[in-house]
Amino acid sequence: MSHATALQTAAAVEAGSQEFLVFSLGDEEYAIDILKVQEIRGYENVTRIANAPDFIKGVANLRGVIVPIVDLRIKFRLERADYDDQTVVIVVNIADRVVGIVVDRVSDVMTLTAEQRKPAPEFGLSLPLDYISGLGNLDERMLVLVDIEKMLTSEEMALVEEAGE
Amino acid sequence: MDITEFYDTFFEEADELLAEMESHLLELDVDNPDVERLNAIFRAAHSIKGGAGTFGFEALQRTTHLLENLLDYTRRGELALRRDIVDTFLEAKDMLNDQLDAYRQGGEPDPEALERICETLRRLALEELGEDAGADVAGAAPSTPASPEPPADQAPQAAEPAGGEAAPGGGARFQVTLIGVADKDRNLLIEELAQLGDIEDQQADGERHRVVLTSSLSGDDIEAVMCFIAEPEQLEVRSLAAAGPAADSDSKPAPAAEVQAQAAPAPATAKPAAPAKAEPAAKSGDGAKKGGESTSIRVPVSKVDQIINLVGELIITQSMLNQVAEDSETVNDGALVTGLNLLQRTARDLQEAVMSVRMVPMDYVFSRFPRLVRDLAGKLDKDVELVTEGKSTELDKGLTERIIDPLTHLVRNSLDHGIETPDRREAAGKPRTGRLTLSAQHQGGNILIEVIDDGGGLNREKILEKARYNGLAVSDSMSDDEVWQLIFAPGFSTAEAVSDVSGRGVGMDVVKRNIQAMGGHVEILSTPGQGTTTRIVLPLTLAILDGMSIKVGREMFILPVSAVIESLQPRADDLYSVAGGDVLLKVREDYLPVVAVHHALDVADAITDPTRAIVVIVQGEGRRYALLVDELVGQQQVVVKNLETNYRKVPGVSAATILGDGSVALILDVADMHRLGQSKKENPVFGAPTRARPVEEVEPS
Repeated sequence: MSHATALQTAAAVEAGSQEFLVFSLGDEEYAIDILKVQEIRGYENVTRIANAPDFIKGVANLRGVIVPIVDLRIKFRLERADYDDQTVVIVVNIADRVVGIVVDRVSDVMTLTAEQRKPAPEFGLSLPLDYISGLGNLDERMLVLVDIEKMLTSEEMALVEEAGE
Repeated sequence: MDITEFYDTFFEEADELLAEMESHLLELDVDNPDVERLNAIFRAAHSIKGGAGTFGFEALQRTTHLLENLLDYTRRGELALRRDIVDTFLEAKDMLNDQLDAYRQGGEPDPEALERICETLRRLALEELGEDAGADVAGAAPSTPASPEPPADQAPQAAEPAGGEAAPGGGARFQVTLIGVADKDRNLLIEELAQLGDIEDQQADGERHRVVLTSSLSGDDIEAVMCFIAEPEQLEVRSLAAAGPAADSDSKPAPAAEVQAQAAPAPATAKPAAPAKAEPAAKSGDGAKKGGESTSIRVPVSKVDQIINLVGELIITQSMLNQVAEDSETVNDGALVTGLNLLQRTARDLQEAVMSVRMVPMDYVFSRFPRLVRDLAGKLDKDVELVTEGKSTELDKGLTERIIDPLTHLVRNSLDHGIETPDRREAAGKPRTGRLTLSAQHQGGNILIEVIDDGGGLNREKILEKARYNGLAVSDSMSDDEVWQLIFAPGFSTAEAVSDVSGRGVGMDVVKRNIQAMGGHVEILSTPGQGTTTRIVLPLTLAILDGMSIKVGREMFILPVSAVIESLQPRADDLYSVAGGDVLLKVREDYLPVVAVHHALDVADAITDPTRAIVVIVQGEGRRYALLVDELVGQQQVVVKNLETNYRKVPGVSAATILGDGSVALILDVADMHRLGQSKKENPVFGAPTRARPVEEVEPS
């Protein structure tokens, strides 16, 4: 959380570069567009919802707003999905909805220039390619750039009611 | 200030005025019309005309003007009312609605429709008002107590609309009469008039000063100009039959003085001589704006909703504080406890006060039915009397809007399929006139709305036949209630299938769905030959719910108190397992199916042995059953939070709320829980497969 606020490069983002919030799922590092992020909070007080897919942990109260909480680690079958005091929920704003996603850790806010962003590889990642917009290359680190909006509104997430009811 | 800012106000007012006009028109006794009512209709038309003029809505102004003229004859008894005349008025009113809608959407009304309605109104004027009538009109014109009778010399003009367009361009002749205007002002006025056209003749007659003027302007415009100087009741403008047929001023003369008296928008300079305020009708007119503001304000619903949300948050925070104080051992401070109690009371009062802002009387809904019933009955050649009861019963505004469609559907059904034709009714020994009753009343935290007809009732055999045809599982031994429920099945529709006698069900599934979506339920009572009652039960509001908190395992749920009938601890002797995995609970004389919450919602660590748990007898969609829970925790008002805002519909759950500790609790949907229990039936309900009755004890898992 302190990382999120420690935003060194907040101002004067040069053309073509974009800011990302970096988080980790298992051993992999992922990044989402920071503009989609509303806030980051701890994992607590989540009310289970019956008959929902297992990766939907339930709903939580975010200052009077009921927000569904999705655990990406379960959704993408990562080995472990523990809940400890490191576990955080990234609250994102997508398609006029507020959704919380559970991740192992939030590490950084990064600015990636256009050159640092590469096309996505064709295999070898825990997340399906459909939701990956590219890779970020930052010194020794590789960040998987996730299209969080596309992912959360997808049918398999079962977060959004099928259209045309 | 931009005048368009007032458009919305005008549109809303006009809507109300039109609705008022319609209700008065519908209640008019054609043979013996109530003068007050006629006046009210006239005033409504006049007010709309005034607003339309101000905002430059010409089509609207023109139509209301013609209508107003006719209404003016009517209220003075010059034009004898007939049903078809009322029909024409209603038609004109509909046209005004259309025009209003067009303007509201920033467009112009359909010119053809405008011509058509104008022509209709003109023809009506022409046909109904001969020379004589016209003369009478002029003679009887001033009902304003103060204005003496104007000379009848210009009377015949009223009868000379002679068809065709009003042609203001040619220069119509007007006689302008100034009544009791001070010399200074009179001169000013005459100067003004000279600006407007050519003054042909002037003559003074005591208090009255007559000016004959040729002008290309309309009589209304002339009036409008002069109103800046003189009081409206001091003025009379009438067009003289001269240049141009002036259809649009055929009956104008009389209302001028009197009507302006009500409107009174003029910044008065002259001392009014005529005490026109004696006129009882002086309250309305354009003054609706002024009068309205003194006692009420128009606020967008979104603002009210925002306040309601904030109050909801306040209540949650307040209960959170209370809980903290209760849990905390150290807090023994009397002042704090007193303060918290006070806060609680004030917060509740505030909540109630805010909620009441959203409440509107059912009249808002019912008032649109007289017209529907009248039109439909006419179309179907049936005599139907509409009775409404409980018009003042209040309901959440959001709900009133959503109940209109389902109610309209039910009323249509009743008229179409329920109430028989007069001949048939007579043959059945019933009065020829059918009776349709709409009633509303409060019942606990709910509102009960009924649509009652005294028609032929539902036909059990035909419904069963149709149900079989549709492949629904039915049997002849089904109770009537269950049979009636069949017509709510999707696809169970079309009148031809269930015959015209009693078939209803055209889209009844939609009706039911809509009502359920509002958190209500609908049931049908029917007696063959005596009629059908459709009963809708709705919560008063969607924002707050009286909830009973229940605990299952470690999870907390909320049950709507309105659905709860009683709760009890079942004895083993009263539990019976039946084929298909169902368990029935005998409560006094009834056997109720048991739905276990832990089973339907997969709650871990719940008490699975019914005899150690609690059952809550609930009622949903007219069906009673027993809900098995671990523990009853308490009763509290909860703020309903939509789950679908950020998530989706959850089976068995209608919404969520936030508890005092800040956590989320799901509000159970009683009707849906039953379905959920049914759909999960393939898995045995109570852990172990149940054998014959009575149920064996099963150890808690």
